[in-house]
Amino acid sequence: MAEFEPQLTKRFGVKDGHKLKGFLETGGYASLKNLFAKKPPEVIEEVKASGLKGRGGAGFPAGMKWSFVPQNTGKPIYLAVNADEGEPGTFTDRYMMFHDPHLLLEGIICACYAINSHTAYIYVRGEFFEQIERLNAAIEEAKKANYLGKNIQGSGFDLEIYVHRGAGAYICGEETGLLESLEGKPGKPRIKPPFPAVVGLFGCPTIINNVKTLCSVPWIIANGAAAYMAIGTKESTGTHVFGLSGHVNQTGFWEMPFGLPMMDFINNYGKGVKGGKLKAVIPGGSSCPVLTAEECQDLTLSYESMRDHKTMFGTGCAIIMNEHVDMVKVLKNLTHFYSHESCGQCTPCREGTAWEDRIMKKILDGEATTKELELMLEIADNMEGKTICVLSAALAMPVRSFLKKFRGDFEKYCKAASVAVPEAVS
Amino acid sequence: MPVTFKPEVVKEFEGIASRYPQRRAALLPALWLAQREFGFVSLDAMKAVADLVGCSPAQVLETANFYTMYQKEKPGKYHLQVCQTIACLLNGSEEIKKTIQDKLGVKNGETTKDGQFSYQAVECLASCHTGPCMRVNDEYHEGLTPESTAKLIDELKKK
Repeated sequence: MAEFEPQLTKRFGVKDGHKLKGFLETGGYASLKNLFAKKPPEVIEEVKASGLKGRGGAGFPAGMKWSFVPQNTGKPIYLAVNADEGEPGTFTDRYMMFHDPHLLLEGIICACYAINSHTAYIYVRGEFFEQIERLNAAIEEAKKANYLGKNIQGSGFDLEIYVHRGAGAYICGEETGLLESLEGKPGKPRIKPPFPAVVGLFGCPTIINNVKTLCSVPWIIANGAAAYMAIGTKESTGTHVFGLSGHVNQTGFWEMPFGLPMMDFINNYGKGVKGGKLKAVIPGGSSCPVLTAEECQDLTLSYESMRDHKTMFGTGCAIIMNEHVDMVKVLKNLTHFYSHESCGQCTPCREGTAWEDRIMKKILDGEATTKELELMLEIADNMEGKTICVLSAALAMPVRSFLKKFRGDFEKYCKAASVAVPEAVS
Repeated sequence: MPVTFKPEVVKEFEGIASRYPQRRAALLPALWLAQREFGFVSLDAMKAVADLVGCSPAQVLETANFYTMYQKEKPGKYHLQVCQTIACLLNGSEEIKKTIQDKLGVKNGETTKDGQFSYQAVECLASCHTGPCMRVNDEYHEGLTPESTAKLIDELKKK
């Protein structure tokens, strides 16, 4: 594969790379000189021009998001960092924060300067105890060395960063659920509009960015948008930390530019499928529509290729399944997950996810007929686009794709479609 | 039985609360403090949290109940949280769950009679590449096999 300079993982394995000294010795906080030489709108333009897309799952252009913040409300502006990594199959932000917490802080400084925010909260999922400790230690070090606090490095820019520990709720990874949780409430997503960029945390303009999105920014500020655009593909610029889990001989994560063919990823990085032939791939976290082995043949690791294959790039962490996997059991696992994690405020989601889960149990118990498969699809249609957030759609999409592409697996469990019920004799 | 926070914990909380423009925002951190201080978040602890944060006990209850990591009952000395979501499932989490249940004689959500171990099947722990995995209190244990799980339990028993 093409040579590239690691941007996100270069301190993984560097001794004390997570500490300020190690960070500075490896080029840390170097972007700040360029940053403070620019005016905030110029920083936003630079990030826009880089093509950087949000890495949390939705892939929204980061610079454009920043440009939505109104600067004339007289209210404080907040940055909330989404470190609530919980999408099944996804596990790389955990390492970003563990190995290079200062890089995240540097990215936060860049983003806050661009949107004119002086307070940022890092919302870290409750399970990431070690990461929280490292982030807090990094914040302390950065404050002492004036990379945070008042008048950062003589720039006149002030910034405080606080870590906020979540407590175990997938839905807090949804950006408005995250804001509710930051405000000390159950993490139930908010109706949009208004969008958080206008009315967000504590009723003030707020930007919510994923960990890796922010970690990508310092390199762009240091090297320029044109250099970033030159890496990756036309629509997927830069590098990303791609993950592999499930049935591969070598699971793990690797930073590389976008555009690698999925089969090369599985065969060269994952050392091939474990335990049999490839059957299916969930390309970017459990919410993404599943792909068959055939569909993966011309798939590349990029936003556009995933879109062309009618799935999503998501978080860039793929779950690989071999030919012996029972797709019925896998879908049951997902219906259970989403029904457990539904916050319960929207009827189509609360009832729909639980209903799908009950039908899956019935199928696994051998109590269902193929009519139930049609019912599952009908329920899925009534779950998507009818709720406050996309958790409901995040189950509807797997249900549809599993049933469409692996129907045979499901039919094996189903009794012959119904014997006609005799009409009631009047 | 009513519980109260020690003065130094109240002081710690005030430091945390000062990070937010609204005091209610410090509710999740306050619940973490309660869990650390009292071992779990009982109804009495929730009342103390309500006093500390300045919101109603009902608001504390509603919030505490929304989040799975606040223990509403006393957990075991070692709280085993086994991931049961997709990637761990593909690599054998069912066997890990069975090993724990058989070895400790507890079902999901139960605590052993001696109070040493509690067991909970949880959703994705974001360690999909090292599954099956579990957390013991705040520590991750990855790449588990039934044998390594049994060995780990034996070691914890000796501690």
